[in-house]
Amino acid sequence: MPRIALFISQRLVKAVFVVLAIAVFNFFLVHAAPGDPAAVMAGEAGAADAQFVEQLRQQFGLDRPLYEQLGTYMSKVVQADLGYSYRQQRPVFDLLMDRLPVTLSLTLTAFVLALLGGVALGTLAAMRAGTWSDTAITVVGLTAYATPIFWIGLMLILLFSVNLGWLPAFGTETIGAGYTGWDAFLDKAKHLVLPVTTLGLFYMAVYTRLTRASILEVRDMDFVKTARAKGLPEWRIVSVHILRNAILPVITVAGFQAGHLIGGSILIETVFALPGIGRLAFEAVLQRDYQVLLGIFLLTSVVVVIFNLLTDLIYSLVDPRIEVAP
Amino acid sequence: MSNRLRHFRQSLTAAALAAALAAPVALSVPGVAVAQERGGTMNIIVQPEPPILVLGLNQQAPTQTVAGKIYQGLLTFGFDLTPQPELAESWEVSPDGKVYTFKLVKNAKWHDGKPFTAHDVVFSTSKFLIEAHPRARATFSKCEKIEALDDHTVRFTLKEPFGPFLQSFEVSSAPMIPKHIYEGTDYKTNPANATPIGTGPFKFKEWVKGSYIHLVRNDEYWKAGKPYLDDIYFRVIPDAASRAVAVEQGTVQQTQFNDIETFDVPRLKGLPNVEMTTKGYEFFAPLSWIEINTRNKPLDDKRFRQAMMHAIDRKFIRDKIWFGLGRPATGPVNSVTRFHEPNVRKYDYDPKKAEALLEEAGFKKGADGTRAKVRLLVMPYGETWTRLGEYVKQAMKRVGVDVTLETTDAAGWVNRVSNWDYDLSFNFVYQYGDPALGVTRTYVSENIRKGVMFSNTMGYSNPEVDKLFAQAAQTNKDEERQQLYSAAQKILVEDVPVAWLLEMEFPTFLDKRFKNAVTTAIGVNESYDSVYMVKK
Repeated sequence: MPRIALFISQRLVKAVFVVLAIAVFNFFLVHAAPGDPAAVMAGEAGAADAQFVEQLRQQFGLDRPLYEQLGTYMSKVVQADLGYSYRQQRPVFDLLMDRLPVTLSLTLTAFVLALLGGVALGTLAAMRAGTWSDTAITVVGLTAYATPIFWIGLMLILLFSVNLGWLPAFGTETIGAGYTGWDAFLDKAKHLVLPVTTLGLFYMAVYTRLTRASILEVRDMDFVKTARAKGLPEWRIVSVHILRNAILPVITVAGFQAGHLIGGSILIETVFALPGIGRLAFEAVLQRDYQVLLGIFLLTSVVVVIFNLLTDLIYSLVDPRIEVAP
Repeated sequence: MSNRLRHFRQSLTAAALAAALAAPVALSVPGVAVAQERGGTMNIIVQPEPPILVLGLNQQAPTQTVAGKIYQGLLTFGFDLTPQPELAESWEVSPDGKVYTFKLVKNAKWHDGKPFTAHDVVFSTSKFLIEAHPRARATFSKCEKIEALDDHTVRFTLKEPFGPFLQSFEVSSAPMIPKHIYEGTDYKTNPANATPIGTGPFKFKEWVKGSYIHLVRNDEYWKAGKPYLDDIYFRVIPDAASRAVAVEQGTVQQTQFNDIETFDVPRLKGLPNVEMTTKGYEFFAPLSWIEINTRNKPLDDKRFRQAMMHAIDRKFIRDKIWFGLGRPATGPVNSVTRFHEPNVRKYDYDPKKAEALLEEAGFKKGADGTRAKVRLLVMPYGETWTRLGEYVKQAMKRVGVDVTLETTDAAGWVNRVSNWDYDLSFNFVYQYGDPALGVTRTYVSENIRKGVMFSNTMGYSNPEVDKLFAQAAQTNKDEERQQLYSAAQKILVEDVPVAWLLEMEFPTFLDKRFKNAVTTAIGVNESYDSVYMVKK
């Protein structure tokens, strides 16, 4: 156990430096884009004079030299202060916290459903390789993987929302309905069905294909034959012997993807008008809202670092042959 | 004195007449008198989401539409751009055009219950807007004195006459700001900016960022019995295809400006539950053009620019790219605003003439059939402008000019155009009802300012034009102004500092149950105090 503790603490120390380096890199990255928030706001106003732009630059602190801006930013970052969005007139942390629930309810739900469904379908397809059910799963998976995600979203809206009228097309709740308690929950769940399905289909296709390929490699190995020769029931062979050995690539990809869940999905959030982090990030790019963008980058990089660590730990749990080494 | 009085009466009559003429457009049920009942909720699209709602600090188009229900100006304008009373119930102009006196309504209140008085007007125009609002700064810095004669009378004394002074009191040009909240504070960072306080018929209730803005009925509104609606929700739907679906489904009851992409317009027009109008944009009357950097070769040659005017088929652009919305532009002043001059040099679509002009200017065809090469920075404001870029490339190819398309995002576009780092680009600007407010800024040499967007970024300079525009602004005699502006327009159309494309029209889609929405030249930015819903 101390071995694991040592491993974790060493990784965390490294992580702090990684995150700080990322923060500096991000700072230069966002400032490398042409234009600045003052220019954007002048463009949006449709009228401007020199004083207008000058005032904005002063207010945003953009009239200071770049190294000075970097210094201010980094000194705030080490105090866990994500800064202030002058455009939105709110602290970046508050903006992120407003958006986080929507994004997580979308991405986490889609991720969990996709992971479970993908592994199940992939296993099914691999165990029946060559039969019609394998072909059906493979074709559906490939289609879902290859079709642009926003197009699937729009088609689902057309079918279930416009034509059939079963499900709401956008937003997170029925605005102005004033639901409370259970009704409010149901209302929100209904609004999530289409976006979660759209995003989930894409993730699921990835896991299905991965699981299927990985199982096909494992299922004819000697230890599987041995298990079969011992007379073990088929479900035990599949779940304990095959799946456990085939799951590692899936965990790698899932760990990678889990780190990005917090970043949301720009396309899904845009098509379904969900006020999530993905859209916040996208709009921040267009508006050159540096502080917001840096805040999202920083949050995402922290989560990615944490999930990389977790993934490594899970490896060793699933496959005891892999050991954690500091 | 008698002269002043007569003026006073004239303006009153004009105001009353204009109010009577401003009947709702095409939205009334013929033959059936419908009672204007209380109640109802309206969902309106707002896109993109405004950064803040304090109209004095931000004048983005979506901000105007939302905040126009919260804040009010002293005047509003009929479709023919005649002033109508809003917070000012009457006004008088001195014969020399230098003194404007406004009588304010007596019972208007701010949303926090404090009375609206002349001191608020003085604070707004002499302090707040001068500091924070670029257009208002230009206008009110022409004032020598702004003073409250009593609680409900304000007098503006100008240094010299300024033709469009009345136009400057429209709500987005000069929104009234509460003195008791902002005086002595840093306007831009005042915490009250999160909960805007105006005098309008709707009060700010809630803003769920990224999702919706909720306004509720102001029960203390100064016009008795109004407004009729209980709630207005402004809904943020960022995807254009989803916005069209929202209209089809009836989730939203109104869209405006660019909310609906032009290629969706014909389809939505056919829906049974909505109707479309292009009225209500007269005050803005945007004009689109190809922005030409006249510093760069070959664009510095007038004949090259004239050739562009002949090479581009504006009717095609209107019919095939804007799907019938708008009118081919003939010059710098939109024909629905004041002082438009129709008798100017005509540029019909004629590639042969264009080639002749290019030949004459010495742009001979090279071995590959190319006469010249230019870059076109496509304006990043939606799919329609991209299509326009592709068309211009083809049209210019036909006369032997090779156009390279360049793309960027909004920040990059503003950065490059305002710093003169482009050959050709697109642009469109609002004209604000009067050439002195919306047209002059594009063409006078005084406004060649590096780093400032929507200035004379073309670098066009003609002392004659400068003089005409200056003279025309400094008088309030309409006949005289017309002559000066006509002369300026004739020169400009000859010189082609920009290649005008369309007098733009925007489609407003409205649910048929909602009446009285578009009644003035500011259309969807109006306060909506007389909008009502017919319940079936």
